[in-house]
Order: sequence, then structure tokens, then C-alpha cells
Amino acid sequence: MAESLNIEELKRLAPPAELRRAPVIEGNQGLGWLTDKLSAFAEAKVPLWWWVFFLPSAFAAMVIFPTCLFYQVFTGVGVWGNNHPDMWGWDIVNFIWWVGVAHAGTLISAMLFLTRQHWRTTIGRMAEAMTVFAVAMAGLYPAIHVGRAWFDWFMFPIPNSNGLWPQFKSPLMWDVFAVNTYLMVSSLFWFMGMIPDFAVLRDRAKTRVRRAIFSFLAMGWTGSAWQWHNYEKAYVVLCGLCTLLVFTVSSIVGLDFCTAQLAGWHATIFPLYFVIGAVFCGFGMMLVLLTSLRKLCGLENIITRGHIDKVAKLTLVSGLIINYIYLMEIFIAWYSGDPYERWVFGHRFFGHTYAIFGWALILINVGVTQLLWFKKVRANLALLFVIGLLINLGMWCERFVIVVGSLYQDYLPANWGTYHPTIWDVGLFVGTLGAFFMMYLLFVKFLPMIAISEVKGAMPQGDPHHPLGGAPKGGH
Amino acid sequence: MSDKIYGLMAEFDSPGALLRAAEQLRAGGYRRWDAFSPFPIHGLDQVMGYKNSLVGWVSLALGAGAFLSVAGLIWYANAFDYPVMVGGKPLFSAPMTFVPSYIMLIMGAAVGALLGMLGLNQLPRLHHPLLFKKNFELASRDKFIIVIGANDEKFNATETRQLLAAIGGANVEIVEDRA
Repeated sequence: MAESLNIEELKRLAPPAELRRAPVIEGNQGLGWLTDKLSAFAEAKVPLWWWVFFLPSAFAAMVIFPTCLFYQVFTGVGVWGNNHPDMWGWDIVNFIWWVGVAHAGTLISAMLFLTRQHWRTTIGRMAEAMTVFAVAMAGLYPAIHVGRAWFDWFMFPIPNSNGLWPQFKSPLMWDVFAVNTYLMVSSLFWFMGMIPDFAVLRDRAKTRVRRAIFSFLAMGWTGSAWQWHNYEKAYVVLCGLCTLLVFTVSSIVGLDFCTAQLAGWHATIFPLYFVIGAVFCGFGMMLVLLTSLRKLCGLENIITRGHIDKVAKLTLVSGLIINYIYLMEIFIAWYSGDPYERWVFGHRFFGHTYAIFGWALILINVGVTQLLWFKKVRANLALLFVIGLLINLGMWCERFVIVVGSLYQDYLPANWGTYHPTIWDVGLFVGTLGAFFMMYLLFVKFLPMIAISEVKGAMPQGDPHHPLGGAPKGGH
Repeated sequence: MSDKIYGLMAEFDSPGALLRAAEQLRAGGYRRWDAFSPFPIHGLDQVMGYKNSLVGWVSLALGAGAFLSVAGLIWYANAFDYPVMVGGKPLFSAPMTFVPSYIMLIMGAAVGALLGMLGLNQLPRLHHPLLFKKNFELASRDKFIIVIGANDEKFNATETRQLLAAIGGANVEIVEDRA
């Protein structure tokens, strides 16, 4: 309300510059402009760069992936490098890695919502999509690692003619529930968040087909006060539940390891270790996706440098916790006085077979992470992109060191053996990467990649108690 | 076009204007009306007189139901129907039961939150009289819309129209009831 705006009074009431928060988006020109800006990419023609990334991803997802999958399922787990004593190889390494990638997405969108961080509105949806697709990839690995994928239903408590039930005392059984729940709940959360934005795209649709599709997805959403009232409650409940999942799913994966009587695995720190490692790895993936997509999709004003700076700081925090855990793990191995524990940890860095992975994880997860202390590094998007990729590599090495590095030399030297992945291990991993990026690119292009309604609510124009939101007498 | 009227709809420019208009409507004794906005507006719930949403209870009910039924299933499967002694551990105990039950609690509660939200909002809904209005498309963009239902006791096509204009509503128009 222009007539009620008293500039002098506003200046007097405004907090000092150093206490003011940076606006959520830059170059803010109002709600209508924002709607156009945020839905532009989903409505525009498919750009060339999209095809350049999409076609190789689709090839990996549609050709390499099913080929490796079918060959493995038809032939057996023996096509992989898994063999005694390394019964867990790339399949489990990649399973944990993908679960890890998923975790930062939930953390960003759910935990930052509960702590009322408005800047999350611009990146939350992209983080949720990352979670959904990464969990789907993760869930696949245990399902085929069992060897006879057609018996996967044994893992579910279904009454059957054998009269058998799953054994619920096993953390591996808990994993089945955890990963499936994570996939289901993160998909629900992602979908529910998109309902109001489907309505936005429905109302903007130019063609009948587009209108029909988004009408179907929006399910008749009108945005009435009553709908928002229930929606907000459901959203906060789902955020709380997703936050629980951040801490639960990787903890249960960690329990698979720490309940095993194997030096290098049998440690109480594992649940926390896996959660923090997961979050750290996911932040790395988030840096990769954000720094590239903000430029490619023309969202520099929306996903501001300030937001990326915050993501980088969170990466640093989770990285430092991981560094502490590395230190603690090594200390406990020494302090336990257990020669087998000491042997395993000594061989992670000074063994002849896999020491390179041990040093890679130290170099990247401990070394490269420290670069994020510097403001100049956090402002350099190209560097952040590279750091994000490196963190993913470093965390992959960490999982390899934990899984294979502990298995290959256990208590009996007669049992020792080395592990080498085969072409089918590599192909399957490339296939899952392709499937992930294919789904992500489809999401970015065709669905509302930024939570339009949430960003609007975080704008001064969306605040009824702010002068720009129409509050009388300067508001607040 | 039928002559049945669903209500009268008016447009507002900002969430602040919508909030003040809603306060005046409520003070004016209207009951069957609703406010539409592109995003949730802080403080509108109080003006509309909404109590705490029931979604939380639906979520709790499904979550608790899932927790108890999975705990029961584990007892039935591992301690009653086919008891197998593993490592001298009890056939049924809290620590082994808790994790899967708790995970399913999260699953149940999440499904409950979504279904509760959809149920209370009467979604999915294939049709709504407002979705036929061209101007209503702006309610997902940058306009804030108030609709007073024709089924309100105080509804009167002329007086209500004047009231909507008086409290700052622009483009006041009739919403036809197309069933």
C-alpha cells in the first residue's frame, strides 16, 4: 500500500545493516515476475545442453544398465568380482554410496525447514529429487546382491506355503524396511511439495495436453486457506518424519557392519559414522548439481551465491565431523589393544593392495575439505563443482576401504584374498549413474524444479506484515 | 451457462490486503467464504478461525497403528508361529522389535500425513466451479482471491458485491455453479 509507506519511519525502524538478512533471492521484482521466472524452464523449448547430457545418461540407463542387470540376474553373482573372502564388493559399496547421496537431500529440505531457514526454499525441491532418485538406485543393489532376485519376496513378511518368516533379529532385515520406507516417504514428501506447483503449471498451461497432465497431478488444488492450513500441517509432520529418516536409514546400514564380528567393522561408532558420511557425500552431490544447474537453467538470481556459500559451509561442517570420526576410529583401533583391529587400520594406509584408496580418502575428505574454510573458494563456483565431484569420489573410496579393506584380510591368513571388480561391476555402476542423471534431467526439465509457492512465501511480497506485502504503516 | 450461483469472487493485490479484507468479512458476520492464495499466508488461519489441523492426528493414528501391528507381526512370526532360537537370544524382545516397528511407524505416519491432508482438503477433486474462471488462474500467480459462497446466510448478490468492493476487492464477479 503505497500511501501508507512512510520512508522516514521505515528507515528509523529498520535494523542496522549488519543485522539484516540477505534477501532470499536477488533482483526481486514481485510475485508475478517470480512465477514467470520459476516456471520458465519447465515451459521453454528443450535446450541443446539438455540433450547433450540427456542422451549419454539415457544410453547408460537404457542400454548399459539393463544389459548388466540381466546378465547378472541370469548368470549369478559370480559375474561380479565378489568372491571369498570379499563377499561384499562394489555392489555394497555403491549401495552405501547411493544411500549417502540421498541423505543430504532430506537434510536440506526437511531439517532446514524445521529450523526455519528461508534460503532452503530455493534448493529444497532439487535436493528432494536427488534423494528420491538416489534411494531408488541404492535400493536396487541389495535386491540383486542376494543372488536370486526372484526370491526377493522372501525378505517381506508374506505368509507363504513354506511356512517361513523373515528373521527380524537381523539388521540386514531392518535394512529392507529402512530403504523401502526411505524411498516411499521421500517420494511422498517430494510429491506433496509439488502439488501447489503443479497447480501453478496447470494455470499457466497453454496447450490442452499440458493442462490435462498438470490438472491430473494437481488433483484439483485451489490454494484455499483451508487447503493451505492442512497442507502446512502435513508438510511440517512430513519434515519431522524425514528428519528421523536422515538419522535412521544410514544408522541401520551402519548396524549391518557393526554387528558383524570383523575387525574394522565391529565398532559402536558406525551408525553415526555412516549418517555423517552420507550427509557429507550428499552435500558434495548437491554442490555439483547446484553450481551447474543454476547456470544452465538461468537461475543465478534464485539460487544465489549466498545459498551456495551456505551449502558449502554445511559441507565443511559435515566434513569436519567425518574427519573427527576418522581420527576417533584410528585412535580406538590403537587404544583397543586388539592386534587385529590395529592390523586392519595399519593396512588401510600401509598395506600393499588397497592403500591408494586409504590415502585418497585422507587426501580428499580431510585435505580438500579444508579448502572450504576460505571465502574465496566458496565464492568460486567452478572450484566448488570440482570439490563436489572430489567429495563424491572420496566418499566412494571411504566405502570401498570400509567394505573391501576390512574383508580382504580377516582373522585367518589362510582366508586372505584380494578383490577386483569386473566389467559387470563397473557397467552396473555406470548404469545407475546414467539412470540417476536421466531421471534428474527429466525432473529438471518437466517438473517444477524449484518450490514456487515456498519461494513466494519467503519473499517480502509474501509477508502480510511487510510493507511490500501490503501491510499498513510500515508493517511489523 | 447455468443460472445457479456458486458465489462472488473478488481479487486483492497483496497478502496484507487479503488479510485485512478477511478480518472485515469475519467481523461482518459472513461464514461461508474462503480465501485463495498462491502460498500460505501467515496469520490467515487465525482470521479464518481455524483450529489446529487434524492432519497431525491422522498421521499419529496411522503411525501408531503401523508400529503396533509390526511389533505384533514380529511376535507372531518369530516367537509364535515359527519360533527359531538364534544365538540364545530371546524369541521376542524390545530391542529387536523396535527398529523395524519404528521404521514402519515413520512409513505409516508419512502416509497418514499425505492421506490426511488430501482427505481433509477433499482432494483429489476432478472439478471445482472456481477452476472455470479465467481470473482464478491468477490465484496461483500473484493475486489473492476471496470467494463468498451463495450458501452464506448473509449472501445477497447486490449487497455482498458492494461489500467486496468496499473492502478493496477488484474485479468482483459471479462464479457460476457448474456441477
